[in-house]
Order: sequence, then structure tokens, then C-alpha cells
Amino acid sequence: MDVIQILWLRQMRRYVRSRSRILGAFGQPILMMIALGYGIGAIYAKAGEGNYLQFLVPGIVAQTLLLSAVFWGIIILQDKRFGFLAELLVAPVRRIVILFGSALGGATISVIQGLLILVLAFAFGFRPYDWALVPAALLVIILMTLAFSFFGAGIASIVEDFQGFQGINNFLVMPMFFLSSALYPLTDIPAVLKFLTVINPVTYMVDALRELLSNQGYFSLEKDLLIIAVTLAVTVVFAVNRFNRIEM
Amino acid sequence: MAQTVISAKDVVKRFEGDITAVDMISFEVKKGEIFAFLGPNGAGKSTTIKMLTTMLRPTSGELRLAGHDVTKERDNARKAFGIVFQDPSLDEELSAYENMELHATLYGVTKSKRRERIRELMELVELWGRKDSMIKTFSGGMRRRLEIARGLVHEPRILFLDEPTLGLDTQTRNLMWAYVKKLSKEKGMTIFFTTHYLDEAEDVAERIAIIDHGKIAARGTTKELCKQTGTKTLEAAYLKLTGESLRDEASASNDGLNFRTALRNTKLR
Repeated sequence: MDVIQILWLRQMRRYVRSRSRILGAFGQPILMMIALGYGIGAIYAKAGEGNYLQFLVPGIVAQTLLLSAVFWGIIILQDKRFGFLAELLVAPVRRIVILFGSALGGATISVIQGLLILVLAFAFGFRPYDWALVPAALLVIILMTLAFSFFGAGIASIVEDFQGFQGINNFLVMPMFFLSSALYPLTDIPAVLKFLTVINPVTYMVDALRELLSNQGYFSLEKDLLIIAVTLAVTVVFAVNRFNRIEM
Repeated sequence: MAQTVISAKDVVKRFEGDITAVDMISFEVKKGEIFAFLGPNGAGKSTTIKMLTTMLRPTSGELRLAGHDVTKERDNARKAFGIVFQDPSLDEELSAYENMELHATLYGVTKSKRRERIRELMELVELWGRKDSMIKTFSGGMRRRLEIARGLVHEPRILFLDEPTLGLDTQTRNLMWAYVKKLSKEKGMTIFFTTHYLDEAEDVAERIAIIDHGKIAARGTTKELCKQTGTKTLEAAYLKLTGESLRDEASASNDGLNFRTALRNTKLR
């Protein structure tokens, strides 16, 4: 327990000290809210769909969680490249403990970032549909962030350098965001796009969040939660498996 | 008769593609001894130290640290040693103290003892005054000193150093070895290091094993090695045992320095 705590603390210390990263992480979501929320929002309203910002914010929060958690997952890659992983791996501690400590730290940071975006969205005019459901939304945020963190940790265990990670980011992480229901509703979209969206677990995470925050879910909440739980389990197994295979 | 702290018996390490990096190596190191593994690049030094420190599994043979089998009682073996890796291994974005604290926690040093022990070791390597500085502000020599101190936080019986002076200037090298000798003398710590610098092996180690092509070519004190080979200096003995040819074999550690450069450095001293 001590070890998980100190590894978690390590991540938090690094986070608090990296002011540029904290602020940098806000740039994109703010731009999205302005450009999409206000820009496309006008057309959205004209089409009779209502308030786009209410629709969009859960998607933006999900984006923040995804990018942040995957980013902090690369601490494992950094440790591999800069040698610190050797120090961790020869310690008389089970590898799974090292993985969990690092992943929980990254997840905590990402949840904080996601909540800050939610607060910011409030300033942009976003309002939760029912305050009583906000704690449930927070629970969904925690579960999905954990899944993203373990996913990032697993990826970081596989790739050998930052270029490789960049490739994964462009060809896997960004599509996971754009091909989810984060930006557009699933009604009336082309069949191919709909297929790609429906097989993407991020879609259900966004959908659960949207149901709880804006009352605009597409699938049933039960289905969303089931898929989130399965995704989390799969990412944990993936990360443990890959992390155990790292060779020094 | 002093106690045996490190023992290797018929150790073999074969990598994929049938490359034998270590070929039936056996040796023993006694408590409090400073022991050097000397050899050209690609000789099997790093592979041996990686097997001793549980980073690699031997293909066959038996390795024991303080009586613990490194494959069967891995955690006990891990508690018995501290290591300074060939490559830097500190967290740059943490302070010196935080790096030490993290290590102490990983090795289960109780909270009440942590601060005192960290302080003692950081004073030994003259870094206590910089305890709250981030590692990224440290020079290469300071990092190495801190790594030595860190390797000792959990009071291991053995300290492994894998090519510890690579890339350090002469002043830092001398200072570093002075600390190591002091530790061995004052704490009865067993020191095992690898090097391809002849002068380091000669000046620091009490006994040397010369390793080449995965086999131990000879072992003993400098005097004994000269006697065995009928030569007058360690360098002559070394060249007689390992040959004059340049090594092109891919080194497992790939430290970027070849044998000739190492030799030239030694002569320039």
C-alpha cells in the first residue's frame, strides 16, 4: 500500500510542478467549446436540435479525460527511456503494484483535469440537467478515466519510443475520440460512420456522461455502464499483461 | 575464512539466435571484498551483472546473493543488494530527497528510519545541502553520487556498479571511487563492479576476474594475474588474455566506447 501511495504521490508531484502542462491541457477544450459550441451551435439550434453546448460538453470532458490519461500513461514510456524503470523493476515489489501506482496517479490527475473543464464549461453557459445526478456522472468519469489510464499504460509498455507513441496517438487515440459520439449525435449519420462509432467503447462513455449531465443519452444507461465495466476490465488485463512483459 | 556473499556456479546465458553471452561462469566473492569484472565490450560483463541483479534469468546454473537464490528467492535476493546502473536511473522531475524517499519506500524501509538514513547517506556523498533541488539541475557526477547513496538506503550487503564511471570526468571518477572504498572499509560492504578501464580495476579492486567471450579467462589479484600470464603489468596480462584484436561484436550494453578508446584513455592518464 505504501508503494502504491508513493508512486501515486510521485505522479501528483510531477503534475503540480508542470504548470505549462496543466494550462496547455485547457487550450484545446476551450477552443472546442468556442468554435464548436458557439460556431456550430447556431446551426444546430436552427436545425431544431436544441442547445449544442449541452450536447457537446460531455464529449469535451471525455476528450480531456482520454487525452490526459493516455498522456500520463506515457510516464511508463518515459521511465523506460530515461532509465527510472530499471530502478522500479529491480525493487522487491510486484510489478502489478508498480503498474497500479503509476496508473492511479495518472487517473487522478486526469479526473482533476476533467472536472476543471466541467467547471469551465459552466462559465461558458453549460448547466447540468439535474444536480442530483452529478455524483453519478462523477462515478462514470472515474471509471472511464481508469480505463483510459490502463489503456495508456499498456500502450506505453509496448512501444519503444516517443515516435511510436505519437503514431499510436494519431492512428488510435484521436480516432477513438473523433469516431465516438462526442461531437455529433448518432441519429441520421451515414451507416459506415455509425458502425465505426458503435464499435467504439468511447461512444458509450460519452453517452453515459451525456445521459447523466444533459439527459440526452442515445443508448440505455444500463448498456453504457455494462460496456464501460467490460472496457475497464479489458484494459486492466491488457496493461497488466503488457507491463509484465517489459524486459530490462 | 570470510563468508561467501556472491556465488555463481556454472552460469550460462543464451539469447535467441543461439548467441551465448555467458558460458559456464563460476566465481565467488567474499564478504567485504571489492571485486571487479574486467573485460572488453561484449564480453558478457553486463549480462552477468543483469543476471546477478535479477534483471535477466540465467539459462542454466545457479546464482546466490547472501545465500538467496536469485531466481527462486527473488525478493530476498533483491533486498540484499543495491545497484548503480550503467545508465542514469533517477527521476529528473523529483528532488534528490524525493528520489531517495521513493527508493526507501520501495524497499520497505520503515518511516521512522527513512529520514535519518537518507540524511546520513546524502551527507556521505556531500549532497545533503542540495536535497530539495530537482535532479534535472544536477550534473552527471552529482547524479552518480546520488545513485550510489540511493543504492544503499535499504542497507544492502552488496553494492553492484555497472560501468559506473562511464562519461564522468577524472575528478568525479576519483571522488566516486573514494566513496566506494570508504563504504567497503567502514561498513564491510561487498562491492562488485564491471569496467573496461584497466586502471580502475587495478586501483580499486582487491580481486579481478578477466572475462572475454563469455568465459572467465583468469582471476586473482593484479599480482596473481601477472604471475599466471608471465607478464609485468595488468595491461600486459590483460592483452595476453584477451588478444589485441578490435571488438566488433554488438555489445549488449552498447555504451558507445570501444576497446581501443578505453585503452588510449588509460595510457593518457
